Amino acid sequence: MKTLVLVEHDNASVKDATLHTVTAAARLGEVHLLVAGQGCAAVADAAARIAGVAKVHLADDAAYAHQLPENVASLAAGLMADHDAFLAAATTTGKNIAPRVAALLDVMQISDIIAIDGPDSFTRPIYAGNAIAKVRTSDKKLVITVRGTAFDKAAAEGGSGTVEAVSGAGESGLSSFVSEELAASERPELTSARVIVSGGRGLGSGENYHALIDPLADKLGAAVGASRAAVDAGFVPNDYQVGQTGKIVAPEVYIAIGISGAIQHLAGMKDSKTIIAINKDEDAPIFQIADIGLVADLFKAVPELTEKL
Amino acid sequence: MKVLVPVKRVLDYNLKPRVKADGSGVDLANVKQSMNPFDEIAVEEAIRLKEKGAASEIVAVSIGEAKAQETLRTALAMGADRAILIVHEGVAEPLAVAKLLKAIADEEQPGLVILGKQAIDDDSNQTGQMLAALLGWPQGTFASKVEMAGESVNVTREVDGGLETVALKLPAIVTTDLRLNEPRYASLPNIMKAKSKPLAQKTPADYGVDMTPRLTTLNVSEPPRRQAGIKVADVDALVEKLKALGVA
Repeated sequence: MKTLVLVEHDNASVKDATLHTVTAAARLGEVHLLVAGQGCAAVADAAARIAGVAKVHLADDAAYAHQLPENVASLAAGLMADHDAFLAAATTTGKNIAPRVAALLDVMQISDIIAIDGPDSFTRPIYAGNAIAKVRTSDKKLVITVRGTAFDKAAAEGGSGTVEAVSGAGESGLSSFVSEELAASERPELTSARVIVSGGRGLGSGENYHALIDPLADKLGAAVGASRAAVDAGFVPNDYQVGQTGKIVAPEVYIAIGISGAIQHLAGMKDSKTIIAINKDEDAPIFQIADIGLVADLFKAVPELTEKL
Repeated sequence: MKVLVPVKRVLDYNLKPRVKADGSGVDLANVKQSMNPFDEIAVEEAIRLKEKGAASEIVAVSIGEAKAQETLRTALAMGADRAILIVHEGVAEPLAVAKLLKAIADEEQPGLVILGKQAIDDDSNQTGQMLAALLGWPQGTFASKVEMAGESVNVTREVDGGLETVALKLPAIVTTDLRLNEPRYASLPNIMKAKSKPLAQKTPADYGVDMTPRLTTLNVSEPPRRQAGIKVADVDALVEKLKALGVA
């Protein structure tokens, strides 16, 4: 089987989500990558060095600069004439583009897979992870999005793929990029961090969030996250959100502070290796899944913890 | 401008799904079902566009069993003008649903189709994007802000790194994220009024769409359960644990 993996990048470097997707693709067959962007030759070179990559298709055009799905999906669908499976990370970029590719190919996409059971069989969570479904497709070609936390990262170095320039229809004229507000942070990304410190409504305010969570995260070299309640209350922006409708994470250590443990939050972090919870309510549902719990007033415990580390 | 709003009837979001003992799926017999929460946001956004004078008519559509009428009546009670139900018992996959919606869009010629970004049952997150592809329209997925601007619409999207704004030429597809708006509750008088709003019943055959699923569900199971661990007495004990884990 020949696979085509959509490379996620910012026209400068390959995002980690791609490395997880490559691991999934390698289990299906030969790995080809698609780098669509503008001025992104360096991305294609880096992508060709990912272990296991046979070929990189590079489409360098202003139409692909911002990953507009109208332009990228028709490019990818065209390349699928020579490939058997299209894979993208189940990120906001992958989820935006892959279903559009699937419809152009008249294929039913298999979303957010967590395991590959065979060349046509896959495991995926449904009902926010409250149930796990095994499905088999009858489609001739596959279109798949991959949950990164379920597949290890492929090595970023060691491959020797070839880079081949390709072109598609280019600019569709349907949409245009206006602006973006991306959070600039020195911290690791939530979805690839080894340690995450996450804050909830128990923190009471955005000021408290930053006064308590940030220093602890700095001490641990951790990424910072939040529950939906904390995001909805305006403590932190939406890109902090861990949960069913936010980011799905599975770090080695997840520290939940002032988070009660609503189902929607647990769905996003319950695959973490070790879960630590600090909450003053000993009946909080978070303690039912936490490996290590501390029943304490977070306003005392968190500064003390930060200081003693 | 006409706005089309597809809505799906799903297991109520407050209920915990129970996996059937024979592994064939999630038990939906005799449990409360409601409108998919993201679809409620879609209906609300359409109503707000109408209240602002940007939309002239709101058509709600649902594909599913006959009981999906109730879901459409909810949309009508919130403020949709009329409804179309395509009755289909059994699985309706996103690709087939997108094909039906395309047929309806061809008929109705809406300026905007607003959908929930995903249904909370199958969590596919596909239908809006697929519909956009089939129609050859632009898409603004995971919207947290929708602003009409003449012949186009500006959509602010919730993306992994923050927010992105795109301009889409009309007609266009929008899929909703949680922070787009807070849906209203239907008032009792509006619930009564909704009973007499038009609701047309159709079948997939009326639109010539083949509903045969492409995916076969082999098995549905409970996820592995996490056991509660230990409680530590104080911060010092927690520091010890963190050191043992090698993160401090």
